[in-house]
Amino acid sequence: MATTGKVTGIVSNLVTVQTFGPVAENELCYIDLAGTELLAEVIKVTGDKASVQVFESTRGLKNGDEVRFLGKMLEVTLGPGLLSSVYDGLQNNLRTMDGVFLKRGEYTDPLDHEAQWEFTPIAAEGDSVSAADWLGEVKEGWLPHKIMVPFSFKGTYTVKSVVPAGSYRIDDTIAVLTSEEGEDVNVTMVQRWPAKVAVKCYREKPRPQKIMETGVRCIDTFNPIAEGGTGFIPGPFGCGKTVLQHAIAKQGEADVIVMAACGERANEVVEIFTEFPELIDPHTGRFLMERTTIICNTSNMPVAAREASVYTAMTICEYYRAMGLRCLLLADSTSRWAQALREMSNRMEELPGADAFPVDLSAIISNFYARAGMVVLNNGQTGAVTFIGTVSPAGGNLKEPVTESTKKAARCFYALEQNRADQKRYPAVNPIDSYSKYLEYPEIKAFLDEKIEKGWSEKVNSAKVLVRRGKEMSEQINILGDDGVPMSYHEAFWKSELIDFAFLQQDAFDAIDSVTSLERQRYMLDLILDICAREFDFEDFEQCRAYFKEVINILKQMNYSEWGSENFKKYEQELAQKLAENGK
Amino acid sequence: MANKAYQRIYTKLEAITKATVSLKAEGVSNDELAVVHGRLAQVVKTKGALVTLQVFSGTEGIPSDAEVMFLGAPPTLKVSEQLSGRFFDAYGHPIDGGPEVEGEEREVGGPSVNPYKRRQPSELIPTGIAGIDLNNTLVSGQKIPFFADPDQPYNQVMADVALRADVDKIILGGMGLSNDDYLFFRQAFESAGALDKIVSFVNTTENPPVERLLIPDMALAAAEYFAVDKNEKVLVLLTDMTLYADALSIVSNRMDQIPSKDSMPGSLYSDLAKIYEKAVQLPDGGSITIIAVTTLNEGDITHAIPDNTGYITEGQLFLRADADTGCVIVDPFRSLSRLKQLVQGKKTRKDHSQVMNAGVRLYADAQNAKTKLENGFDLSDYDHRCLDYAKDYARRLLSIDVNISIEEMLNTAWSLFGKYFKPAETGIKQALIDEYWPR
Repeated sequence: MATTGKVTGIVSNLVTVQTFGPVAENELCYIDLAGTELLAEVIKVTGDKASVQVFESTRGLKNGDEVRFLGKMLEVTLGPGLLSSVYDGLQNNLRTMDGVFLKRGEYTDPLDHEAQWEFTPIAAEGDSVSAADWLGEVKEGWLPHKIMVPFSFKGTYTVKSVVPAGSYRIDDTIAVLTSEEGEDVNVTMVQRWPAKVAVKCYREKPRPQKIMETGVRCIDTFNPIAEGGTGFIPGPFGCGKTVLQHAIAKQGEADVIVMAACGERANEVVEIFTEFPELIDPHTGRFLMERTTIICNTSNMPVAAREASVYTAMTICEYYRAMGLRCLLLADSTSRWAQALREMSNRMEELPGADAFPVDLSAIISNFYARAGMVVLNNGQTGAVTFIGTVSPAGGNLKEPVTESTKKAARCFYALEQNRADQKRYPAVNPIDSYSKYLEYPEIKAFLDEKIEKGWSEKVNSAKVLVRRGKEMSEQINILGDDGVPMSYHEAFWKSELIDFAFLQQDAFDAIDSVTSLERQRYMLDLILDICAREFDFEDFEQCRAYFKEVINILKQMNYSEWGSENFKKYEQELAQKLAENGK
Repeated sequence: MANKAYQRIYTKLEAITKATVSLKAEGVSNDELAVVHGRLAQVVKTKGALVTLQVFSGTEGIPSDAEVMFLGAPPTLKVSEQLSGRFFDAYGHPIDGGPEVEGEEREVGGPSVNPYKRRQPSELIPTGIAGIDLNNTLVSGQKIPFFADPDQPYNQVMADVALRADVDKIILGGMGLSNDDYLFFRQAFESAGALDKIVSFVNTTENPPVERLLIPDMALAAAEYFAVDKNEKVLVLLTDMTLYADALSIVSNRMDQIPSKDSMPGSLYSDLAKIYEKAVQLPDGGSITIIAVTTLNEGDITHAIPDNTGYITEGQLFLRADADTGCVIVDPFRSLSRLKQLVQGKKTRKDHSQVMNAGVRLYADAQNAKTKLENGFDLSDYDHRCLDYAKDYARRLLSIDVNISIEEMLNTAWSLFGKYFKPAETGIKQALIDEYWPR
C-alpha cells in the first residue's frame, strides 16, 4: 500500500508534505494539482514531514493538495532507441511532446515501444549469467547494442531460454532466466536503474590506458585526456567554453556521446540538433546524431530537474559502457547544477557553506566524477566513460567553491582565459595553467610512445618549456622595453608566439583546421619545434617580429589546407625558402 | 482579475515587513494574487496556515488589521491587437489616458517553449552600427544585453537599434526608468512614426521598486502573443535589468533568504534565465528577440548581476567611451554575439568573419603599443601604424554614430588594412587577400 500525504507548505518549488506512512530519502511522489500530477522527489524527512523538490512549476498548488508516494527513486529507462533521442532532465522524450510550449505534468515515454529490433542471441541455454552479462544484441544504428541481464539482478542465474534471432519489440521477452532459488524471471530489452546510483556490474576499474583523440591540438598534444578519464573546463562567459565542448562532441573518438545541457541556453541545444544530424563523425563516417543522446534541461526549465539531468546522462553512459563501448559524457555546465543545489539548500534553511553553497557540494561533485572511468567487464572486454564538465565560475574567478571542488575531482584542467579570448586567441585554453595529470601516468606515456612516437611526452614538455619561457621574456620586454633587452629575448618570445599561433590556436569554424589528426599534430609539432631549435640572426627586433609574422602566416595557411594536398606542399616549400633566408 | 462572488476577507496580519505581509488564510494557491489594503500582492510562501504575500507597491502605511482579499489567479494580461501603440504600467493598466485593452486574459510568466520545437535563429538584424553588425552581428531570436556604465547613452542606442531593425513589433519593458528617459522613448517612437508597432510597459523611478518585478513578465506575455499567435517578429527592449535584480534582492532579503554573491538571491541565475530564455525563433516564423540593458558599476562585469547575465545571454554589447577619439564605441574585446557565426558569411559577404577577426586583432596590437607608450618605451614602426589604425578604426567603425550597410563596413575595414598594413600582418586567408586587398 503506497504512502500518501498532503501539502502543508510551499516556497517556490520546495513543498512540505505531511506523510501518512513511511517514505524514503529520494523517493518520488506525485502531487495532485487539480488533476495534473506534478513529479517531486523527497530530499529531507523530519518526523512525519517530508520536504520534496518539485520538478515543475508549483503555481496554483494549495495546502491540502493530495500527494501519492511511488515507492521508488528517479529511474532511467534503458534499452535500444536511446541514441539520437532528445530528452529533458527526467528523460521525457521532448520529440513526442505536443505543442510548442512545455506543459506541466506531461510525461512522455523515453523509448518507442512499437519499434522492431533485429535481435541476435549471444547467451545460450544453460549459461550461467549475472547482472550486465550479455544475452543478445540488436543493431542500434551501426552500434551493437547488447541486451543485458538487468543491472538490478543480484546473484547468478541460469539461462533457461533465449528467443531465436528475429525481430522483436523492446517489451517482448527475449530470455527467461532461472535464479538460484529456482525461480523463473522474464527479461525484455528494457530495464530501469535509479539515476543517482552508480552502476557497478563490472569486474574491475583499472587506471586508464590510452588517450581519447579530440582533434583539438591544445588538448591532444599538450594536455591529452584519457579514455575513461575526467576533465573540466572552467572559464568566464565569452571565452569559448561551449564552442570547445561542441568541438569535442563533434570530433571526440567515442562510440557514444551523451550531452547534458544542464541549465544552459536553449539555442545552444538547438544548434546541436540542427547541425548534428547533418555532420559526419570523422572516425566512422556516420552521422553524428546516430551516436548522440541529448539530455536538455535548459536554464528556463524547472531547476530541480537540472540535478536529475546530469545523473540521467551518466546512467545512460554507464549502460553503454557495460556493452563494451567507449562513451563520452559532456555536461554543460556543472555550475548550474551546483546552483540548483544551492537554491534548494537555501529554501530548506540549511546552514550554508562558502558562497551559500551547501556544505556537501565537494562530496557530491567528486562522487559524480568518480562514476566515470574505464572498466573491465565480466567477460573481459573493456568499456569507458570519459567525462568532461564545464564550470562557469562566478565573475570568472577560479577561487570559488564549484571550481575548487571540481579541481579536486577531475584529472584534466583546461583553463579558459579572458585575456586570450579578448585577443581572439581561440581556443582560449591557457597553455601554462592547464594540465593533464594523465601525462604523468606511465601507462599513458607508454601508449603515446607506441601510438605517436618514442619520447613524445618529453617532446611535448619541451614545447611547453618554450611557451613558458616566451611568456617570461614577454614580461621582461614589457618591463624593460624593446631596446632594453638582448635580441635573444625577442627571439624566445617570438618562438613561443609561433607555437601559440601555429599550433595552439585553432579555427573551430574552419572545416579543415577544426579537426587535426594525431599524425598531423605530430607532423606540425615537429616542424614547429625544428624552427624553434634554429638559431636566427636578426639585426633588430623589428626584423625579428616581421620575420616570425611571415613564418606564422605560412604555417597558418598550412593549417587551413588539406593535409598533404598541393596547397599544403606549396606552403611547406614557401616555409623552407623562408627558413633558408635566415638562421640555422 | 475578476472578483469572485462570495469572497472571504481577512483582517488580521501576523507580520509586516517592508515588502511582505503574512497572515493566516486557507485554500490559498501558490503564486496567486491578492489585494492587501487596496494594493496588489502575490503569494510567495505558505507554511501551514501562514501565508506570506509580496506587496508590489510596498507596505508603507499598511495596518495590522488591513483587509486582505485573495483573487484566485496569478498575474494576467489581456492580449489583443489593441495593445499596439499603448503605454501601460507594471499591472498592465494604461498610463496614456486611453481605454483599458479588451482581449483574452492570459497568465504572465507562463511555461517555456519545448527546446526541441525551437528553430535555429538564422535571420540577421542589421542596425547600421558597425560595432554591432560587423563585429557582433545580431540574429533574430537572440537575447543580448548592453553592458554600460550609467553615464553611457544606452537608452538612445537601444532606441536607434529598435527603430532601424526590421521587426513587426517593438515591446518596451522599462524598469526604474527615469521620467526623462520614459519621455525620451515616447518621443523617439512618436517622431519615428512607429508608434503603432510599439507596446510599452513602464515602471519609472517614481513607482515602487518591487512593481518592477512584473514588467518583464508583462512585456514578454505581450511578445508571446504577437510572436506565437500572430507569427510576428518581435523585438523586446528591457531596460534596466540591474534595477530589476535589485528589486529581487529586496524581496529575498525581506523573506530572510541567505544571500549569495553581492547580496543577490541564490536563485538570481534562474530568475534572470526565465526572462531571457523567452527569446526564441518559433517554427512558424514568429520570433522574440530580446535586447536588454544591464548597467554596471565602473565597468565591473564580475558583479553578480552582469556575471549571471553574461552566462545566460547570447553575448553582450559593451559600451564605453574611447579616450583617444572621444567617441562612444562598442568595445570589440568585451563585446560578443554568440550567434554571429549563424549569419556571418552566410547572410553576409564571405570575407566577413576573417575581416572582423583581423580588425579586432590589430586593434589589440594597438592596445599593446599604447601600453608600451605609457610605460615610456620607444615604439616600433609597426606600433605606430597600429596606433594610427586604431584611431581610424574607432572613428570609422567602432563608434555608435556609424550608420552604414555591412558591405560598406567590410570595404571600410579593407581600406584601413590596406592603408596601414601588409597583407601578411593581417593573418587573413590568402584567397580572400587576393580578392579583396585594395590595390
